[in-house]
Amino acid sequence: MAQWGTEQISGDQAFTSSAGKQLGLYALYTLVALSVLLYLLSVAAGNTAGGLGSGAINVERNSITITLREEPPQLDASRATDASSFVVLAHVMEGLIAYDVDNELVPGMAERWEIRADGATFWIREEAKWSDGQAVTAHDFEFAWKRVVDPETASEYSFILYPIKNAEAVNQGELPKEMLGVTALDARTLEVEFERPTPYFDKLVAFNTYFPIREEFYNETDGRYGSDADMMLYNGPYVLGEWVHGASMLWRKNPYYWNENKGFLDEIVIAYITQDVNARLNLFKDGQIVDTHLVAPMLPEAMERRWHIDRFMDGTVFFLEFNHRDGRLTRNYHLRKAMQLAQDPAELVYKVLKEAAYLPAVSLFPIWIDGVDAKFRKEYPPTEHHLDLEKAREHLELARQELGLDEFPPIIFLTGDTPVSLLAAEYYQELYKQNLGLDIRIDVQIFKQRLAKMTSGEFDIVLAGWGPDYDDALTFGDLFASWNLNNRGRYASEEMDAQVRIAQSELDPRLRMDAFGEIQRISYDDVIVIPMYERGWSFVVDPRLKGFRRRAIGPEVDYNYAYLDVSGN
Amino acid sequence: MWLYILKRLIQGVFTVWFIATATFFAMHNVPGDPLLNDRAMTAAIRANVEAKYGLDKPLTTQYVIYLSNLVRGDFGISFTQENREVNDIIREHFPVSAILGILAVMFAAAGGVLWGALTALYRNRMPDYIIMFLVILGISVPSFVVAALSQLALVNFNSFAGRTVLPVAGWGTIYHMIVPAMVLGLGTMAYLTRLMRSSMLEIISSDFVRTAKAKGLPPARIFTKHQLRNAILPVVTVLGPAIAAITTGGFVVELVFAIPGLGRYFVQAVQQLDYTVIMGTTVFYGAFLVFMVIVVDVIYGLIDPRVRLK
Repeated sequence: MAQWGTEQISGDQAFTSSAGKQLGLYALYTLVALSVLLYLLSVAAGNTAGGLGSGAINVERNSITITLREEPPQLDASRATDASSFVVLAHVMEGLIAYDVDNELVPGMAERWEIRADGATFWIREEAKWSDGQAVTAHDFEFAWKRVVDPETASEYSFILYPIKNAEAVNQGELPKEMLGVTALDARTLEVEFERPTPYFDKLVAFNTYFPIREEFYNETDGRYGSDADMMLYNGPYVLGEWVHGASMLWRKNPYYWNENKGFLDEIVIAYITQDVNARLNLFKDGQIVDTHLVAPMLPEAMERRWHIDRFMDGTVFFLEFNHRDGRLTRNYHLRKAMQLAQDPAELVYKVLKEAAYLPAVSLFPIWIDGVDAKFRKEYPPTEHHLDLEKAREHLELARQELGLDEFPPIIFLTGDTPVSLLAAEYYQELYKQNLGLDIRIDVQIFKQRLAKMTSGEFDIVLAGWGPDYDDALTFGDLFASWNLNNRGRYASEEMDAQVRIAQSELDPRLRMDAFGEIQRISYDDVIVIPMYERGWSFVVDPRLKGFRRRAIGPEVDYNYAYLDVSGN
Repeated sequence: MWLYILKRLIQGVFTVWFIATATFFAMHNVPGDPLLNDRAMTAAIRANVEAKYGLDKPLTTQYVIYLSNLVRGDFGISFTQENREVNDIIREHFPVSAILGILAVMFAAAGGVLWGALTALYRNRMPDYIIMFLVILGISVPSFVVAALSQLALVNFNSFAGRTVLPVAGWGTIYHMIVPAMVLGLGTMAYLTRLMRSSMLEIISSDFVRTAKAKGLPPARIFTKHQLRNAILPVVTVLGPAIAAITTGGFVVELVFAIPGLGRYFVQAVQQLDYTVIMGTTVFYGAFLVFMVIVVDVIYGLIDPRVRLK
């Protein structure tokens, strides 16, 4: 019996080894078949959207490779609203006025200009050319601006042209677009009439929505202007050479561009479009892209590799915005005051978020805003804030009495779904539980749903942020005017509205800046919002690339002044 | 058989119609809409934009318009990718996802069958233990972890080699495809290995195999004809849905490796509430899935003579 058993096992082993060999043979066949398939597929892929990666820097071709976070929806400057479009447009287009490498306003398409109380005049430079060699004229601006306010264009940024006479009425369909207060007196003179005095108009015309479009070219595109590389005309340092949707772009030097001190590279290749910050870091490490930003967990490794880490404030302020609508708990001043006094943004930034480039926010106005002679923050220091639990609890008691409550119901805390906002939300939940015994209920929503709830007022507190559109304190200052639609908490006070009106139209710079000082004071005293942090980025750049800038106003990354220096310094 | 295929196709059309209808109404019931943005719009600006996209009409009217366009194969224009037709988005980006998906499925199927057969052959011995351990790992580790780790490994490999041997991300050549396809197919490969192993074990101890051995047939022949061919049937069954799942589920891999596939648009559209793209991609993917299931059923009939298609 025992012998029969061993025989079967040995027989099985013979079977196994024989079948195993056969299996090995099949594996070999499969490998060959897969290689052939791989080859065929790569041929097929050659016909689909493809990347252009060829190393971060190519000295011979004087080119660099970069990434974009997202595919621009389209590149019609009159209708662009997103950061990726702004980045591309800043390199292929130029407005009447532009920013230089140090963020100062300098002449762009206009060689000089004059801003008066009732209007402005721009004189367009003779060398200003489109990418097909024709001159950029005042008519191109007139056409573009009238198109922005035309209701049919449905431009979401049309409000930024409202300082121009009749712009709002035209945009609301009450007047024909010919009534817009802008006229090309001749090919090189553009005359603008104002609705109200607008001393900061020079800063506005640097913005995308004010970029020119040539009428005759626009008409040829049959409604597809800005949708493809050949569906646009360019007047910036670079032109869009190729645009493979969702995959890659190629910017080439614009031979007709007038300014020799801008646009030093021959080619800028966008080989990758990805939001994944880890993927970008890996590409940077592998020498495929020239720059990337870093998030907190990456910093130790970056330091270990002895990279030169730069920091930069992107201009955005984040704050807890209260819902001031009737019937909301947070309409009560004492409750808001209690919450303000029971927190300290420094703790949030340094102990919880730990993002090295973030700054604890102390005011509605970020640190980089200019005053009259110096920085606004220096001329008008914000109210000094200290954590004061005793006073906070006094205010909480007053709130309880005013509201006639025994126990506070849960406070709805609306937030987005990014890691930073979730972390912050949980921090405040814990903080207010401990310090004030308040029950916070966190409501996490994805982007559009959060905006929907903010707009309809379904929250008590929302974790919100605001980034600048133009380089003037007003881009933050008018946020809590009762008529501003971005005032999602619907804060309304006559005192605030009066100050905003002064800030909008006062021609005397000092009086105007005083108004901003008042706005800053009201926003603290009346606790419209609780400032949390000013956002910043840590980033690394290939040491051979000089002149690269990150900006708070305009494009978040700016390669207009970038050039290669391979001397090794 | 042709009658059977026709019947299945008609059923398929109804399934797709149901998907389209359910998606349409579910989508419109989500709070918010594609027009909401960081910068609030005045009522006038909003009305302009709504009119442009036909969102000012009642929902039922929009539904009728949508269905009639769908019948004509027109998915409409994207809200976020303005000036781009959803048809174009699918036409340009689905081939990328499909190529990646096919490759991943091939990796998965070939690997699954080979490893599965190997583990069954060496049951309860070292190769079996090692492979099954890896299989459990492959099933339980999510693809975004595998993707990120393999990308990191690529970086280190390249810096060790001193040049870019395999690209870290991007698309276009054979070298761009290998690693993403393997990552994408890994989970399915692990799943198929397990399936193949258990189905193989069942066959090995069945009567007809014993008979074949008793008749003295050569082992290689028994292995191929009696064991492999029978054991592979369940694998073929799940392959159809697997192809559809892999081709449509490559979002994470596409994101990490910066591959311009359709998956990215599918997920972004949901986050951005881009109605037309959500509808377009969902209906397209739905139809694709239904089609793959029909194809598998037909192939099943060809492989296994016992199955009659009626």
